[in-house]
Amino acid sequence: MHPLVMLLPDPWQEASLLLLTTAVGIVMILVPLLLSVAYLTFAERKVIGYMQSRLGPNRVGPYGWLQPIADAMKLMFKEVVIPSGANRGLFLAAPILSLTPSLAAWAVIPFNDTAVLADINAGLLYVLALTSLAVYGVIIAGWASNSKYAFLGALRSAAQIVAYEIAMGFALVGVLIAGGSLNLGDIVRAQSGSVLHWFWLPLLPLFVIYFISGVAETNRAPFDVVEGESELVAGFHVEYGGMAFAMFFMAEYANMIMIAVLCALLFMGGWLSPFESVPWLGEQLVLPGLFWLLAKTSLFLFLFLWLRATFPRYRYDQVMRLGWKVFIPIAIVWVTLVGLLAALRVPPWFD
Amino acid sequence: MMLKYVRQYLRGLLLLELFRGLRLTGKKMFEPKVTVRYPEEKTPQSGRFRGLHALRRYPNGEERCIACKLCEAVCPACAITIESEQRADGTRRTTRYDIDLSKCIFCGFCEESCPVDAIVETRFQEYHAERHEDLIMTKDKLLEVGDRLEQQLAEDRAADARYR
Repeated sequence: MHPLVMLLPDPWQEASLLLLTTAVGIVMILVPLLLSVAYLTFAERKVIGYMQSRLGPNRVGPYGWLQPIADAMKLMFKEVVIPSGANRGLFLAAPILSLTPSLAAWAVIPFNDTAVLADINAGLLYVLALTSLAVYGVIIAGWASNSKYAFLGALRSAAQIVAYEIAMGFALVGVLIAGGSLNLGDIVRAQSGSVLHWFWLPLLPLFVIYFISGVAETNRAPFDVVEGESELVAGFHVEYGGMAFAMFFMAEYANMIMIAVLCALLFMGGWLSPFESVPWLGEQLVLPGLFWLLAKTSLFLFLFLWLRATFPRYRYDQVMRLGWKVFIPIAIVWVTLVGLLAALRVPPWFD
Repeated sequence: MMLKYVRQYLRGLLLLELFRGLRLTGKKMFEPKVTVRYPEEKTPQSGRFRGLHALRRYPNGEERCIACKLCEAVCPACAITIESEQRADGTRRTTRYDIDLSKCIFCGFCEESCPVDAIVETRFQEYHAERHEDLIMTKDKLLEVGDRLEQQLAEDRAADARYR
């Protein structure tokens, strides 16, 4: 026990120890997270560059590795210009409102069998609630900027996020039925067995719907009508510069990582090894659970970038059609099917 | 009719065309890149490249320009200013030969029009200026560029001679 904690009276000792461990846990999650956000932007530029037969950034440091740091320095020293006629308070609150939930959602993510900051029962519900909150940042930013481009971007974002939230919610209902719990750790443990026991197989349509809705939720290409450079300049954050802009940017990338981690946890067995019940390899290849989780997450993040490098932007009515008329019906049908399978206890997933 | 509709619907639902697109970009990722890392690597340059101007000399050191002012007349951007005088030996030579690089459009007409191959455009393009005055090439500066690049200029013109 920490010597300073020892000086305190007994009930206080326990409380401050909890506070201390929680604070350490938060730092241990946030620092690597923000670093990965920085290097995700770099990876994005590199990967998209390579896919377009370019090299991507390669001037700052060896192979351009210091590029994100240079970007961060530049943004930090830039002035945050507040447009005339903007609502000052809300204008400055919007980036905070968009970054905070996307960081706070990480509290319930289990990194392996034991490492989780807040092991709450309604983990999935908490994640869903916090990722939905991010839309307020976007709407407030668009409204408070007093700019028509920003406002149009915010309106589009609101409609889009609401539409895809529903499909996403239904996809998660399927996971709940299959996993039998709202706790993310329990959901992963329900998938243990082998690669075929992971939920991606019985819930394949829901998995695809979840991932694509995730791309739409984070306003990434090809669903980036919210930012639509050729139509809206930059969408909801046109009027932002410097660190305020950087916070929107960080929120977007933190959300991307969040969606990728959730995909890994909910459908791809989280920290479970893919060689779990492979006869010989399973015993030979014992790697920490964190490694597998990160590997799966990186795979999904790469898919995000791959999609962006490949597909042109959807037209706005197509985005809405896909969300309301394709994803939601398929999700409802499949959830019903999964419910039936679970009620009949069909092996190997639902026994 | 109905079957066609169903087939199309299934094709859309299974994302087949999207996977084809992904395969294409995935393949491109491992192909060689077209980027030239500029200061370290340079693209190949033609001997006819039209870059910074220069005034050439004859091998005996005499300047070629005879102040005929054809280049001044032909210049579509009016970037060339020439003043001339008779020298003690009776030949006409320029006293002033200015090219304003901020006007010049690098069309190469001056070089084409020159009867004595005096004014030429070199392959050198990596010059810069921080003030407007620095972009005005005077006679001295032009001759200096010519002296510096004479070997390459002579080689390029020799190689190109049979096409002219």
